[in-house]
Amino acid sequence: MMTYDQTYDVIVVGAGHAGCEAALAAARMGCRTMLLTINLDAIALMSCNPSIGGLAKGHLVKEIDALGGEMAKNIDATGIQFRILNTKKGPAVRASRAQADKQLYRLRMKRVLEQQDNLDLKQGEVTSLYLENSQVRGVEIRSGIRYLSQTVVVTTGTFMRGLIHIGLNNYPGGRAGDQPSIGLSDQLRTVGFSVGRLKTGTPARLDIRTIDLSKLETQWGDSPPQPFSFNTERITMPQVPCYIAYTNGRSHDIIRGGLDRSPLYSGVIEGIGPRYCPSIEDKVVRFPEKDRHQTFIEPEGLDTVEVYPSGMSTSLPIDVQIAFYRSIVGLERVEIMRPAYAIEYDYVDPIQLYHSLETKLIANLFHGGQINGTSGYEEAAAQGLIAGVNAALRVKGEEPLVLGRSDAYIGVMIDDLVTLGTKEPYRMFTSRAEYRLLLREDNADLRLRDIGYRLGLICEAEYASFVEKRQRIGCELERLSRTRLQHTEAECAYLSGKGLADIQKGTTLEQLLKRPEISYEDLVELDDVSRETLSGVREQVEIQTKYKGYIDRQLEQVAQAKKLESTKIPTTLDYNSIKSLTTEVREKLLKNRPGTLGQASRIPGVTPAAISIVSIALKSSSWKELAH
Amino acid sequence: MYIRDTIAAVSTPPGNGGIGIVRVSGDRAALVGSTLFKPIKNGGLVSHRFSFGTIYDTEHDQIVDEAMAVLMCSPHSYTREDVLELHCHGGWLVVERVLALVLSCGVRLAEAGEFTRRAFLNGRIDLTQAEAVMDIIASESDSALQLAQQLRGGVLSQRLDGIRALLLHGLALVEAYIDFPDDDLGHLDSVAILTAVDDARRQIGDLLGSFEEGRVIREGIAVLIVGKPNAGKSSLLNRLLNENRAIVTSIPGTTRDIIEQKINFEGLTVRLLDTAGIRHTEDLVEREGISRTLEQIPRADLVLAVFDASADFTAEDQLILDAVSGRPVLAVMNKCDLPRRLQLPGSELFLDTVDIAALSGAGIDLLKQRVAARFLTGRGDSRDRVALSRARHRDALEVAARHLATFGENFGEQNLELLALDLRGALEGVGSVTGQAVNDELLDLIFSSFCIGK
Repeated sequence: MMTYDQTYDVIVVGAGHAGCEAALAAARMGCRTMLLTINLDAIALMSCNPSIGGLAKGHLVKEIDALGGEMAKNIDATGIQFRILNTKKGPAVRASRAQADKQLYRLRMKRVLEQQDNLDLKQGEVTSLYLENSQVRGVEIRSGIRYLSQTVVVTTGTFMRGLIHIGLNNYPGGRAGDQPSIGLSDQLRTVGFSVGRLKTGTPARLDIRTIDLSKLETQWGDSPPQPFSFNTERITMPQVPCYIAYTNGRSHDIIRGGLDRSPLYSGVIEGIGPRYCPSIEDKVVRFPEKDRHQTFIEPEGLDTVEVYPSGMSTSLPIDVQIAFYRSIVGLERVEIMRPAYAIEYDYVDPIQLYHSLETKLIANLFHGGQINGTSGYEEAAAQGLIAGVNAALRVKGEEPLVLGRSDAYIGVMIDDLVTLGTKEPYRMFTSRAEYRLLLREDNADLRLRDIGYRLGLICEAEYASFVEKRQRIGCELERLSRTRLQHTEAECAYLSGKGLADIQKGTTLEQLLKRPEISYEDLVELDDVSRETLSGVREQVEIQTKYKGYIDRQLEQVAQAKKLESTKIPTTLDYNSIKSLTTEVREKLLKNRPGTLGQASRIPGVTPAAISIVSIALKSSSWKELAH
Repeated sequence: MYIRDTIAAVSTPPGNGGIGIVRVSGDRAALVGSTLFKPIKNGGLVSHRFSFGTIYDTEHDQIVDEAMAVLMCSPHSYTREDVLELHCHGGWLVVERVLALVLSCGVRLAEAGEFTRRAFLNGRIDLTQAEAVMDIIASESDSALQLAQQLRGGVLSQRLDGIRALLLHGLALVEAYIDFPDDDLGHLDSVAILTAVDDARRQIGDLLGSFEEGRVIREGIAVLIVGKPNAGKSSLLNRLLNENRAIVTSIPGTTRDIIEQKINFEGLTVRLLDTAGIRHTEDLVEREGISRTLEQIPRADLVLAVFDASADFTAEDQLILDAVSGRPVLAVMNKCDLPRRLQLPGSELFLDTVDIAALSGAGIDLLKQRVAARFLTGRGDSRDRVALSRARHRDALEVAARHLATFGENFGEQNLELLALDLRGALEGVGSVTGQAVNDELLDLIFSSFCIGK
């Protein structure tokens, strides 16, 4: 084994969506960084759906952008259809989603990595970590090189002991067409990590030339397309549609007929799959009363005939796949270009991590993305960013970055993962955020940009434009609160046209904007200054004014919860000495080792009575004696 | 603060009874048993078996009492700790002495409610049950006891679980349409959401409605007796108490203080407040008494306005009618065995009245029934009724009800985000009674109700 002559600050293992963000963050923070991948042509590859965003995921992308990550800019530059979802259901649940040109997406990310200072990009399969006294000191790759580093970030995705299933055939692979990573997870298991097995799947890729599009509904994106990044001015890529098709009774019969050769139902697959992303056979079995299932036929790029039928993943044998896809109206003659498959892979239960994403077992080792049991590019990228930032902060000898549940979806996700662990692939949902109204896409910059700037991930020009926007929002809110209606004839006429004839003279524009009938666009009709307001500022002013009551209430709840959150539980607390805890609760607390009473209260099965017992134990002098 | 030392207390009521129980809980309970109690038969105490024997004072080398003893080893005991009960003869002196002996074994005197608190902290009972046990200890009437026992059995928890399930169902529907806009879920099922939420709202309303009744059963009601001097207030009180507690004379104004007595009407605890007669007077002491009476009127759950039916209506009677105006009043026409002369003014036509003769006791049972009927509305069989009896429960459910009211206002707008917020607020309110959070149950419900996924 040759030891490489250069020592890195940060080595990132795996160049998927997590690894790219981790490497960029560390390098941008001034650390000597290396990104190792099994295949340099598969950097930031979209192994499953060719899209970014969606509910809660769009929120994550905006947060990544606000913190100085790359994902939002990358999709803005390569996106071929943009949509805002839930426009009528409230500002906090509005979310951005985009289709990507899959090849352009990966190529642009590779270019960004290549052009980044402090960053070396290398191909190689990491077979083991180089450890010394419960500390990571580097990695070793199959070709026989040992790379030394102060910290290592592992973002292996589905590659560790990856096993691909198509029907009852299975073979090792990290993803269709790529080798698995063998050895690393065995080593992690040997040093004491609890390593589990998860399963996910992807649909076949179809040839659009063999689909009768005239039989399908066409779905275009928004016009004009709205970008993800706070710094993207406009989307310049050509925009293309998706198509909507449906399965039918015959499709379901075909599926049912193939279940005896399904690895999922015959017990060959042992890993646990995501409930929110079931295979088509799962849907047919679990919801037999549904007579059809919807699929979006999504383009994989501008220059390819490959398309992705969403929601139609399967691990059934190839003959069943062909018959099934061809049973769908419009797809009668469809040609499969790549078969659907399921993949099983090793993950490391994230309960073994600190909130910084550093492992509790091995110092200076960080885990991000699917290795932590999550699914989704956005979830992965967000963790990669935090892991990269914290590896860099470790190198610099600084305190780790930990976002709270009231700061960001990223904070909610990581807190869920490290306090509760996960048994199935974890996906972000807006319903997981208890302060959903505060964690909006539109205010991600207001929530996080200062942090990104402090870390050194936001360039001066970008930060300056943010500071200006924030200041304008403040000024405009202030102006609206003191500008009053004059009751001119024009005003009265406009307002009665809105059904607001009863508005008094002297009503402030702020009060007016609170009315459900009034939007900022109406102010533009009534008030000269409003006409000049920039759109980003308008949006903030409108939301902050209309939802003030609700927002204030959530802020109060945050303040209350902070009390529980701020009650720290010493890591040395001996739960066995607190006899009054039930055995079940004690086991949970021993396993999870919550850092605060707030975290303890979120562990399922830990009752309010148990929380009060722990809180009493923390206060009691008898416990303090035990602790010392 | 919960230090796991051993505690003891006399757990039967003070005074001389047939039996007196000293209860010990904690690690030292078994040791106390083996030190103080000498079974007649050979061998020590066996868990959950009563033994007959003597309690022995080794220091003075004498037998204190013959007694039964039972040791209940952890965790199968009331507090989930080792519990020892010594059942002695009930003489107060004996019980006191046994307790003193127990305390001399390194055991501390329990604070009020400490056994129950330990049961709660050790997870044997939940918060609503713990509160109910406190109520059982303090119950003063059969109804209160029944209500407390229902609570302990978790009836309230069951009702709240039902409400919670409805709200969770509504929330799961709303959240599914928020988080899965591109999934083929069909149109938002407003009817299903409204049905579930309305059902929950109605049940919360019922529980809140029962609060008043619950409080009445638990705390009893305060009944104030007012009337002009010599109308027969004290005779009525005595009749109700069946003993001469207040001084009854024919000199007007002899009752100058407010006298409180607890009695039981048809299963309802009633705190009877007798008062100074209301009249115009120059007597300073009596005036003080009258002003105290007037102060009490708004605080009473019911005012019994006593009139002398055998006398003419006077300005003093009018003074009383004015003082109780707008308050819950039952007009008691006393001395109805004498020829009737009293005519209430026409404006009081709708006053609820009952005729009695306090001296002979005629009409007293009817009066009791009328009072009880006012507070125990008897909506169905009281055993099926779950009455909310704690202010904490009421406050939590009122929070829930407020959120559901906003939900109703927001529903038309179809702003799902705010609807979800209202439902979550309501769920937190309901959950704070039994201490349950929303967390993962919601996602389980969404995934089991909808076919979701790309």
